[in-house]
Amino acid sequence: MQEYVLLIIGTALVNNVVLVKFLGLCPFMGVSSKVDSAVGMGSATTFVLTLSAVMAWMLETWVLQPLGIGYLRILTFILAIAAVVQFTEMAIRKMSPMLYQSLGIFLPLITTNCAVLGVALLNAQSGNGLFASMLYGFGSALGFTLILVMFAGLRERLALAEVPSPFAGAPLGFVTAGILSLAFMGFSGLSVK
Amino acid sequence: MLIAIGSLTLLGALLGAVLGVAARYLRVEGNPIEAEVEALLPGSQCGQCGFAGCKPAAAALVKGEAPPTLCPPGGRAVAMAIAEKLGVSVSFGDQEELEPEVAFVNEDLCIGCTRCLKECSTDAIVGAAKQIHTVIAEVCHACGKCAKVCPTDCIEMRAVPATLATWHWKKPRVKVAS
Repeated sequence: MQEYVLLIIGTALVNNVVLVKFLGLCPFMGVSSKVDSAVGMGSATTFVLTLSAVMAWMLETWVLQPLGIGYLRILTFILAIAAVVQFTEMAIRKMSPMLYQSLGIFLPLITTNCAVLGVALLNAQSGNGLFASMLYGFGSALGFTLILVMFAGLRERLALAEVPSPFAGAPLGFVTAGILSLAFMGFSGLSVK
Repeated sequence: MLIAIGSLTLLGALLGAVLGVAARYLRVEGNPIEAEVEALLPGSQCGQCGFAGCKPAAAALVKGEAPPTLCPPGGRAVAMAIAEKLGVSVSFGDQEELEPEVAFVNEDLCIGCTRCLKECSTDAIVGAAKQIHTVIAEVCHACGKCAKVCPTDCIEMRAVPATLATWHWKKPRVKVAS
């Protein structure tokens, strides 16, 4: 039990996908101008990431390794991720049209969110079990959502601040992201392994 | 080789089948009349009706929350087409049919600020920063949004001059009853 809690904390904070591994930077900069859509994007990505981590484990253990076609790993994972994203898009469209409208183009773009593929590949590399893979995916997605919402909150404040014009907008966003990343380095003190 | 091809094909077919079933169960029933009314509207999302775009406007029209005359760029023709489609009465009141207009940039006053470019919903204004802008008359649908943002008031709406090419008979005034 303790091991699993540590795994979630480790993936969400210590090895945060966005700020420590630098994966998934596209939605990190793209969907972080409003807290509402950041929460929506975060929850959609959480769903996709967890589900695709499980699917990737199943494909890896039951298809790729028994057949000895490990070289098709990236292709197979992308196929599975694309299917999961498509399914999520249909489900969100049915259940919450408002969220569907506010996420807009970024929903299909979860397919190309490298955090999703990255987590699946890292799982395959480290040889995690099914439950550990799922927790790894879930923890990474929690970290992703946390950062996205936090950054969106910061940017909402920054949008109102008076900034020297060369820094206004995206440059200030990048600077803030850098400082956040530095701050998250502090969590490496928590790491057990 | 065959194993690789076979397993990927099988995987793709399987996922496709799952998605196909999901699409059937999770289908969203759109209102077909809404889509038809949206097709009647100009589709330039100018927002003069007070809705965010043509799709929300069509939704409000179908619900009866907005009068068929809500679309200024569409004018009388669109209002009548919508009224006919929805089977409602349309009253223009004393509203005269507006002359067709087009935006015009007074080049002596234009400072090239590009504010009107960003506002134009049909991309009818050509120009660049610190360059004098001009209007492509065929694309302009006379929504007047550019005239509102111009800091030097150099854009005005002018009636399209009646030439041999643009003049036509006035449309007969018909009252549409419900």
